[in-house]
Amino acid sequence: MTALLSLAINITLLSIILAMLLCTIRLLLGPTAQDRVLALDTLWMCAMLLALTLGIRFGSVVYFEAAMLIALTGFVSTIALTKFLMRGEVIE
Amino acid sequence: MTPELETLPIWVSLPVTLLLLLGSAIILIGALGLVRLPHFFQRIHGPAITITLGTGSILIASMIYFSALQSRLVIHEVLITAFVMLTAPVVAMLIMRTAVYRDLRARDRGQDDSTEDDEATNEVYPFSTKK
Repeated sequence: MTALLSLAINITLLSIILAMLLCTIRLLLGPTAQDRVLALDTLWMCAMLLALTLGIRFGSVVYFEAAMLIALTGFVSTIALTKFLMRGEVIE
Repeated sequence: MTPELETLPIWVSLPVTLLLLLGSAIILIGALGLVRLPHFFQRIHGPAITITLGTGSILIASMIYFSALQSRLVIHEVLITAFVMLTAPVVAMLIMRTAVYRDLRARDRGQDDSTEDDEATNEVYPFSTKK
């Protein structure tokens, strides 16, 4: 059962990295700017999940705070990018 | 791997394994939807499943795992859950409003010149109304 759990953790890490690669593809060749913003937001979420899964992998609670910080920064940056795309400036 | 992993009972490691596999499958499906779907307003549905279901299952797996590992109730992952569940609709709605505004602005700008490439314009901007 322990080997199965470590295998599942490794599969989760690999699939999150694959999802980040797919988001990077969409970020590079997205036809419009809002596609790139959407891909960047998904990339932030995948990075947060990667930090959480690394915390499970190494059995450490420190990664939780990194995941919390990544989630907060991703939200703020996505809001700023959408505001810039919609209005042309961030703070009016 | 950490040495504490061998001391986990089966009623902890089995749900953690199943939740991790479910979360990884859902995250992959969401990213595939982001890449493969043809239009922007269809593509925005792909990350939504990643943010809600994938994040939820991996956070529940993390909660169960750390509660068993430290022999006490560790539920500070609820903070991330609450934050993500609060901000995901806000982010999705702002991105969609941005897309609609930009499409309308591009349509207004595109009305000046000739409308010879109507097909391509209608492909990229769904809100363009052909006369």
